[in-house]
Amino acid sequence: MAHTPPLVEEPPIAQVELGDIGTGPGGPGQGRDGERGPGPGGRSRPVPQRSYVTGLTMGLAAILMFFMALVSAFIVRKGLSDDWRAFPLPPILWLNTAILFVSSITIQVARRRLGREDVAAFRRWWTVTTGLGLLFVAGQLIAWRQLAHEGVYLASNPSSSFFYLLTAAHGVHLLGGIIALIVIGWRSWQNTRVTRSTATEMAAIYWHFMDGLWIFLFLLLMMGQ
Amino acid sequence: MSAHAHPVSHHAAAPQGFIRRYIFSTDHKVIGVQYWLLALAAVSVGMVLSWLFRVHLAWPHAILPGFGGVVKPEQYLELVTMHGTLMIFFVLTVAPQSGFGNYFLPIQIGADDMAFPTLNMMSFWVTFVAFFVLISAFFVPGGAPINGWTSYPPLSAVGAISGPGQGTGETLWVISIAMFCLASLLTALNFIATTIEMRTQGMSLMRMPLTVWAWFVTAIVGLLAFGVLLAACILLLLDRTAGTSFFIPAGLVFNDTQPALNHSGGSPLLWEHLFWFFGHPEVYIAILPSMGVVSTVLSTFSRKPVFGYKAMAYALCAIAFLGFTVWGHHMFVSGMSPYSAIAFSFLTLSIGVPSAIKTFNWLGTLWGGKIQFTSAMLFAIGFVSLFVTGGLSGLFLAQPSVDLPLHDTYFVIAHFHLVMGVAAVFGIFAGTYYWFPKMFGRCMNEKLGKIHFWFTFIGAYMIFMPMHWMGIMGALRRYAQPGGLAFLQHMSPIEHFITIAALITGAAQLLFYWNFFWSLRHGQKAGDNPWHATTLEWAVSSPPPHGNFEQVPHVYRGPYEYSVPGYSEDYIPQHLAPEQVAKAGA
Repeated sequence: MAHTPPLVEEPPIAQVELGDIGTGPGGPGQGRDGERGPGPGGRSRPVPQRSYVTGLTMGLAAILMFFMALVSAFIVRKGLSDDWRAFPLPPILWLNTAILFVSSITIQVARRRLGREDVAAFRRWWTVTTGLGLLFVAGQLIAWRQLAHEGVYLASNPSSSFFYLLTAAHGVHLLGGIIALIVIGWRSWQNTRVTRSTATEMAAIYWHFMDGLWIFLFLLLMMGQ
Repeated sequence: MSAHAHPVSHHAAAPQGFIRRYIFSTDHKVIGVQYWLLALAAVSVGMVLSWLFRVHLAWPHAILPGFGGVVKPEQYLELVTMHGTLMIFFVLTVAPQSGFGNYFLPIQIGADDMAFPTLNMMSFWVTFVAFFVLISAFFVPGGAPINGWTSYPPLSAVGAISGPGQGTGETLWVISIAMFCLASLLTALNFIATTIEMRTQGMSLMRMPLTVWAWFVTAIVGLLAFGVLLAACILLLLDRTAGTSFFIPAGLVFNDTQPALNHSGGSPLLWEHLFWFFGHPEVYIAILPSMGVVSTVLSTFSRKPVFGYKAMAYALCAIAFLGFTVWGHHMFVSGMSPYSAIAFSFLTLSIGVPSAIKTFNWLGTLWGGKIQFTSAMLFAIGFVSLFVTGGLSGLFLAQPSVDLPLHDTYFVIAHFHLVMGVAAVFGIFAGTYYWFPKMFGRCMNEKLGKIHFWFTFIGAYMIFMPMHWMGIMGALRRYAQPGGLAFLQHMSPIEHFITIAALITGAAQLLFYWNFFWSLRHGQKAGDNPWHATTLEWAVSSPPPHGNFEQVPHVYRGPYEYSVPGYSEDYIPQHLAPEQVAKAGA
């Protein structure tokens, strides 16, 4: 997973490093983010901002295992069978891939603007990213329509079953990311447990992960045909 | 007892109102109790199911209530399928990890709650709904599924033509398990983030109680395993409902009927690989938390530190890691290459090493201790006994040449019930007797607890030891009427013996129910630290307040400082500063 350094200065956000397990005196839970004071919702001590990123990282590990299970099923099912029939992938997938790739760049631009406390520009780039995400999902739906138009359905062949399954599974996860983008872009950041900088960092990590995952799945679907 | 000179924590008031406090609560302690009660409900149903099929096995012509006459083979299969599913998922996964883990992990690391309390609440309610989705399978046309808890295709994938219960019932099974996977993933994520990020000052990794180590490692195992089962469930659901052929090969015939002809080319083996890639780690999800509990209980009631603390922590990690490499030993008879089988066999046998380290260290902890035979201690010792007994038969089954004749026999039933079923239940009992005073402020009755232990301990051996012999003689699991086979007919006295033992052992559990619910109101008042134990949960009142700690605790030492020479007390709590600990003769 690509690790993006934090780009903002207001409350210091810790970096994600899997091996970095704070220990010893002055360990986690103390000092860091202490300036936030008791959070809302009855916490006696604020949750360290880093724990949100850690939680997200763990979530991504689980998502990766889920997709790896599907990918290994793809490889095994294709290897074991003599009924696998290739079909040409809709060319619009190339466009979709480019859109998603660009959205990874725009989300970084947005975070940089937030780092300079230019909230208006942050909102603008954040909206662009959200729009590109929606465009990607729409493009995937168009690809489905094109395949259906050619008579390639979910149950037509194992190759098409896996195509629909993998694109749908990825699409659902990406939609989750889009919802997060919308919430982060438009909520008020008064009195929240998680700071805006942590939230945008998490969203960006998730977004890059979904981008990389899609490129991997696209290559798999292309080469595995 | 309280630490000194630490920042006073500011508690917002605990939520008021019954629903926010006890139903949709985000307090980890309430959620822990909710999980525990859910497991109690599940184990009650699962146990009643086992009584029914045991009675049927002993007296095949008995007319049981609710079956409309003699139990039919498919009804027998419904009973064993639902028994297995309930026990594995909703008891052995829920109680020791989600139940005790939720309640005590945050307190033992000095945190005021889990890292993500709302997520925690959602995990519980998804699990809760999953439980009722599963139970509802009994009440749909065709009844509950009949393909066993492993849900092997093609039987599980082709729908109602493969038998009653394989229609709507099996669909509900798949949906329930998929929901359970999702909830377990969220719980695992929460446990890991909490352990990494929420430990209080001074609580280094090597000062964590072994219970915390066990919950932490188990959460990692769950995080990596449940996603795979979730993926497998989705594939199965698509095969069942959308006409795909992931698992369904061509040319199947069930009861003279062919499934829809568009299925072809699928691989049932694919499910087996995906399922057991989850399924074997699941065994460790069930047993590792109990190992943590047993380590703590043995240490507390031996008044000795855990022997080889670091080795215990590393052994947990080693078992968890190896657990991901051995799934093929469930599939020796599937036609796998003998070379693969040897690799899986070698890896499986090597799990004996960290398991033996743990057993050795448990015995080392007991050795020379001032042992107090409390109910919790008896169940912890019982756990070690059952784990060793069940583990030994694992060494037989790990070898492909021995496994071939023993596969799918009662020998396997005996093995896994002892080593991870009953052993994990003993861990749950040990944890319940040990922590009940902390959770509810009152002690359970020790005399009843000890009677409960002896009935359960002897009963477990009486039920499962004869099954080894039955299995070696060729008795097959999932046969509804073993008496129909000539070579098994002479076993009917054994069947009677096992069934009577199961009924008596089951009846003895009523003592536990009585003890539990009676003690909630009438048990002896516990005080903060009735066992003179050292870990952080005993530093707060019983039950702990909302937010757990009045002051942020600081940890000064390891978790098992018992009988340290030179001090007046035989235990030194983790949160006491060195100058607060009374020296002997001072």
